[in-house]
Amino acid sequence: MKAKIHVTLKQGILDPQGKAIEHALDSLGFKHAGNVRVGKYMELDVNETDRAKADAQVKQMCEKLLANTVIEDYRYELG
Amino acid sequence: MKIGVVVFPGSNCDHDCQYIFKDVLGQYVEMIWHKETLLAGLDAVVLPGGFSYGDYLRTGAIARFSPVMGAVKAFANKGGLVIGICNGFQILLEAGLLPGVMLRNTSLNFICKDVYVKVENAATRFTNRCESGQVLKIPIAHADGNYYTDPVTLGGVKANAQVIFRYCTADGKVTPDANPNGSLDNIAGIMNADGNVLGMMPHPERSAESILGNEDGRLIFESMLSSFGKPELHSKLIGV
Repeated sequence: MKAKIHVTLKQGILDPQGKAIEHALDSLGFKHAGNVRVGKYMELDVNETDRAKADAQVKQMCEKLLANTVIEDYRYELG
Repeated sequence: MKIGVVVFPGSNCDHDCQYIFKDVLGQYVEMIWHKETLLAGLDAVVLPGGFSYGDYLRTGAIARFSPVMGAVKAFANKGGLVIGICNGFQILLEAGLLPGVMLRNTSLNFICKDVYVKVENAATRFTNRCESGQVLKIPIAHADGNYYTDPVTLGGVKANAQVIFRYCTADGKVTPDANPNGSLDNIAGIMNADGNVLGMMPHPERSAESILGNEDGRLIFESMLSSFGKPELHSKLIGV
């Protein structure tokens, strides 16, 4: 089973990279772009056929390592 | 005293820390590879600066799962003295030995320069050789030193006097302009509630010898030794 995981900064957490990209977009003439937030995308294979078990494992991976839940949210799809 | 300096793949201030404790302060130093699972007979542990595991994922995020970190946690939980400098601070945060996280510097730049920090609490095992409110000049060298935590945790940290260093001007004023990286409340270093684990972004090991033109950082290492009583005795015992 493949897990596709998105890790993003929580709302309200300063994102200096997002800000820099926003400024770059602005100077390129994309005046309607705003609120740029940079996150991470990860893919991994879970060697598990039971969906519920795979789900529990990926959730643990996110909680323990892939995201720092003080500042980051995560979401994932299994497929 | 016997000091353990942990070496992760990508640590690059480990030998500076060894040099300060061994050659400048005359203590016994053991280098501890990150694969070790036991810390036997140590008085204090140093998590040095660097780029452990290439800063992959998040700074310190992989290092905290190194085999040695289980032993460091056990050591800290038993009251052992632990100092994390720069990347070491980031690792302590990821490991949950200190509260909070590091964000990217607001400027997005890697900043390498001398800064001033104010000693906010001089009654600790890391600052007892300093005066309360004393200003120390110590260099920083990091891209992720923008300390952040939630308001509730910050309230607790402040109420317990766990904020040890804050970025300030040369004359000790804690102002936004003196904050190099955007850290919440100008925080440059914090301690755990039990007072035996310190994390700080500035590098005291780079400013601990007169030949380098700055000895301010040495006060922190001397404070650690003082907190054990008579460090001089240990020096004599090991014949330095």
